[in-house]
Amino acid sequence: MNEHIVKSYEEELALLDKKIAQMGGLAEHILGHAFDALERRDPKLAEQVVRNDKQIDQLEREIEEQVISMIARRQPLANDLRHVMAALRITGDLERIGDLAKNIAKRALAIAHESHPKPLMTGMRHMGELALAQLKQVLDAYAARDADRALAVWRDDENIDSMYNSLFRELLTYMMEDPRNIGLSTHLLFGAKNIERVGDHTTNIAETVHFLVRGVNITDDRPKGDDTSSTLFSKS
Amino acid sequence: MLNVQTNELQQGATKLGGALNPHKVAAKDVSVYYGEKRALFDVTVNIPDRGVMAFIGPSGCGKSTFLRCINRMNDTIPICRVTGKITIEDEDIYDPSLDVVQLRARVGMVFQKPNPFPKSIYENVAYGPRIHGLAGSKAELDHIVETSLQRAALWKEVKDRLNDPGTGLSGGQQQRLCIARAVAVSPEVILMDEPCSALDPIATAKVEELIDELKQNFCIIIVTHSMQQAARVSQRTAFFHLGVLVEEGATNDIFTNPNDQRTQDYITGRFG
Repeated sequence: MNEHIVKSYEEELALLDKKIAQMGGLAEHILGHAFDALERRDPKLAEQVVRNDKQIDQLEREIEEQVISMIARRQPLANDLRHVMAALRITGDLERIGDLAKNIAKRALAIAHESHPKPLMTGMRHMGELALAQLKQVLDAYAARDADRALAVWRDDENIDSMYNSLFRELLTYMMEDPRNIGLSTHLLFGAKNIERVGDHTTNIAETVHFLVRGVNITDDRPKGDDTSSTLFSKS
Repeated sequence: MLNVQTNELQQGATKLGGALNPHKVAAKDVSVYYGEKRALFDVTVNIPDRGVMAFIGPSGCGKSTFLRCINRMNDTIPICRVTGKITIEDEDIYDPSLDVVQLRARVGMVFQKPNPFPKSIYENVAYGPRIHGLAGSKAELDHIVETSLQRAALWKEVKDRLNDPGTGLSGGQQQRLCIARAVAVSPEVILMDEPCSALDPIATAKVEELIDELKQNFCIIIVTHSMQQAARVSQRTAFFHLGVLVEEGATNDIFTNPNDQRTQDYITGRFG
């Protein structure tokens, strides 16, 4: 890509990428910690996640302000226009991912003193690892402007959805076995739902990266794996 | 009641749309030579009626040269030679039997610097219709002058001083007077060569609003150095570079997702 004649324009676009990378790194970091806090029943770590989310919010504000200012002063066009719009959209998704990490950490605090049934926690961990890997992939795809890699992330979200499905069923079964499990299971269910939402925001970012690189939206329908919204509370 | 009216309007618009010529101006393999030097290379483009087409590109890219082919302004330069074919409504405008004066009545032009005649406001607009014999009486001529000035959104500002010299108006008003003058002979095509580059932002906005109005009735082709202006006023955009028509397409596509790297580099302000 040729450089802009106006150097400060080039620098501003580079700064935007730097901040997105920073924000993405931070989102990955606190999401990982939120999963650890949940698994290890570590209230200290959970509190740290809640605190760190503020940094993500701050970065979002900075990126938003910079994008607005660049639109006003530079009137970006073509790939530059897509660049600033992509930054604006991605920063929104990353901020939501930060919030979801915070919510997971709060669940971890709520159930820190309860017993953690092993098979359920293993399921949660796998799902979390997959969501983290997806997030890392999509951030790399953004940095490398790699539409194919973004498309792969977009397709693979189905896996997170189907893991969420099976976890959902397991949790239902667990609750039916013993009503005393309902408190813990509900927290875990919300936690799992939060991870599934992380996957959705990651998918949004993948769509944005695709648009940024190719200039067109992804047109085919994404395979959907989450059918829990139509699952009845029955023994099946 | 309102619905009925809207429907009628829509039907009217559809009818109008059906009659539009997608090839109001059609150029095929047009090349221009200034003596030995070739300025334009095999330009082929179709320009639809009732819309605005913007030509953009760096200085010396051939966009103005091509614009001047459309009303044969290049004929006035002795060493200039044009090859290829340009038609307006399927009529070859380089046909030797064609009357160039008549052609220029069909294809009006507005220039970068407002250039009113050193005559009254009234005479500036009346001159064209008079020499082309478009008015049978003084009353008819008055009518043409008034409607032309109204179309150019200038009537309200000048109706009480039609006999004042046109050169006494402000720059923006002078440019709208030149547009009124172009419109007065009922042309089919209006060529604009950087019509706003000598105007302030308010005067520019007025001319752009005017272009929006005029596109309902005319085929407008505008050369502009302002990318934002091209994006604002046109429905289609053509990018010229080194005498070549690099890319032509819907303005929206050109400014969000151009096909050619050269277009992208130019409109985003990168080295080409």
